[in-house]
Amino acid sequence: MAETQTDLAIRVRGLCNRFGTHSVHEGLDLDVRRGEIMGIVGGSGTGKSVLLRTIVGLQRPAEGQITVLGVDKSRASDDEARALERRWGVMFQDGALFSALTVRENVEVPLRSVPGLPADIRRDLADLKIAMAGLKPVARGKFPSELSGGMRKRAGLARALALDPDIVFLDEPTAGLDPIGAAEFDTLIRGLSRSLGLTVFLVTHDLDTLHATCDRVAVLAERKVLVTGTMAEMLDVDHPWVRDYFHGPRARAALADAQAHSTEKT
Amino acid sequence: MPSPGPAADRAPSRADDLAADPTPRVQMHSDAGPVLHLSGRLDIAGVATLRAGLRDVPTDAALRVDMGAVQALDTAGAWALAGLAARLDAAGHAVTWENAQPAHADILDRVIQSLPDDQESPPPAQSLTDRLETLGRASVAGLRFFAELLAMLGLFTDRLVRAILRPREFRLTALVHHCHEVGVKAVPIVVLMAFLIGVVLAFQGSSQLRQFGAEVFVVDLIAISILRELGILLTAIIVAGRTASAFTAAIGSMKMREEVDAMHTLGLDPAQVLFVPRILALLLMLPILGLIANVAGLFGGALMAWIELGLSPGMFRVRLVDGVGVNTVLVGLSKAPVFALIIGVVGCHAGMKVQSNAESLGRMTSAAVVTAIFSVIVANAAFSVFYAQIGV
Repeated sequence: MAETQTDLAIRVRGLCNRFGTHSVHEGLDLDVRRGEIMGIVGGSGTGKSVLLRTIVGLQRPAEGQITVLGVDKSRASDDEARALERRWGVMFQDGALFSALTVRENVEVPLRSVPGLPADIRRDLADLKIAMAGLKPVARGKFPSELSGGMRKRAGLARALALDPDIVFLDEPTAGLDPIGAAEFDTLIRGLSRSLGLTVFLVTHDLDTLHATCDRVAVLAERKVLVTGTMAEMLDVDHPWVRDYFHGPRARAALADAQAHSTEKT
Repeated sequence: MPSPGPAADRAPSRADDLAADPTPRVQMHSDAGPVLHLSGRLDIAGVATLRAGLRDVPTDAALRVDMGAVQALDTAGAWALAGLAARLDAAGHAVTWENAQPAHADILDRVIQSLPDDQESPPPAQSLTDRLETLGRASVAGLRFFAELLAMLGLFTDRLVRAILRPREFRLTALVHHCHEVGVKAVPIVVLMAFLIGVVLAFQGSSQLRQFGAEVFVVDLIAISILRELGILLTAIIVAGRTASAFTAAIGSMKMREEVDAMHTLGLDPAQVLFVPRILALLLMLPILGLIANVAGLFGGALMAWIELGLSPGMFRVRLVDGVGVNTVLVGLSKAPVFALIIGVVGCHAGMKVQSNAESLGRMTSAAVVTAIFSVIVANAAFSVFYAQIGV
């Protein structure tokens, strides 16, 4: 690896995760560079979400070292860990919004941790984040139960972006969205990542999302990261699962679609 | 539109001067048109200071903003700058962003694009007509709720008649299962509750009646209050608490996961499959539970009367048979089917009102319990008046 430590947003070495006797990860290594959009793919049960949860600290690994933004999580003090948590945002699969709060109040929750931020600025910043996530102003006063799945995801993204994080973790951002909504979400993620300099850690099944947004892809199989590389490099990998995944009929359709888009643009 | 300006050579010197100072600073210069010099970290920590500084910037002429000395810019800082741009725009003047680092220009661009332009109007004050409207809507909603309960009762009766006419469609296994859940499993708590009520009545009654030397009437006191009112009423309240909520939770979670809709598409009638066995089980079990409660209450009363007053069980029995007619028991138990229908109908109706989220399941479950208990007490009061009028 040519990267130096400071270029890496996330560095995982020798990660092991076990549930009882069942081992999900054995000696998993992964590097995510600053400013890139890293897509994590893998079959069901290969521990994509477990990896995400381990990196953000919701799951304690059995073994291994995780360094995020230069901070080794196992050695960090409580204060360092808390400071680190404010430098990333997590969007859960269904938004994980607080059901008792409106969308605006949800986005204001992380902003409340900023000392000395006046309430009117906090409200305006929340409204800005809601608009940046592509939600209409009418959504601000609504409760999560009144929103559609796609709107909940966008509200979850707005909350994840509230404190201008360096890294956002997205768990299946386009699952359950219709193709138009999913494509809009892809564009949104790509645009936000580029303009705000975000590093994006994206767990997905969606081949269109991989083509449309990701700089690099990491394939999880056999309890580790089997291979990382660009989408083009994935096509040359000689592994049964990777070949089936990136050469299947759906993959070809997504590829053709992505190529059609890129020729349109030029 | 923000863009890195051409005069990048001027930027480093000012940046050097202010590099050590992270506080956001706003300075106006007006040689050759107004120029705004920004420096420091324009981030969320200093956004209040930045906004205060920008508030005094005049909006009567086009403005150039020099961002060469900006150390950091996040969306909060960009929001403050976008607000300034919007004010100038409203006044009909342009803003030029100069010397911005490419990353800062990107953020500023993004924020200006997505800045929500509308200002929500505060909710209008409630007028008298609004209040009247709220009252009217609440009244109609209450009536509609009552109508829906009646509809549920009608639906149950219809399907019950159908089941009697066509017994092969009837689900006996489900009925037995629910009888076990509703009836047998409730016996311990009902027995304990009634026993303790009997004990308390005997104890309190004897200490009062002793003052008049009328201890022996404690038997009448216990018998009439338990057999006629308390036995069945408290049983119904306990059953409302444990069974109405169970009905709502079971049917509601099926409704939430679209199982009820699946039944429709498979040609199964939810009323037949879900409501009839449950409400019928309640209808069969509540009188039995009431009877059990009566026996347990009398036993508790007799035991306490024996301990406290030395009234032997034989004496208690004689007094009971002499003083209290069979119709006292019948009056009490005659209420059981009505209470059972109320509890069952309220529970099933609330279950069908559950929407596709977990909050509504919790809300409807507690609403079902409150409605069922309240309705049982109201019905009991109505029975009291009714029996008093006909003189039973």
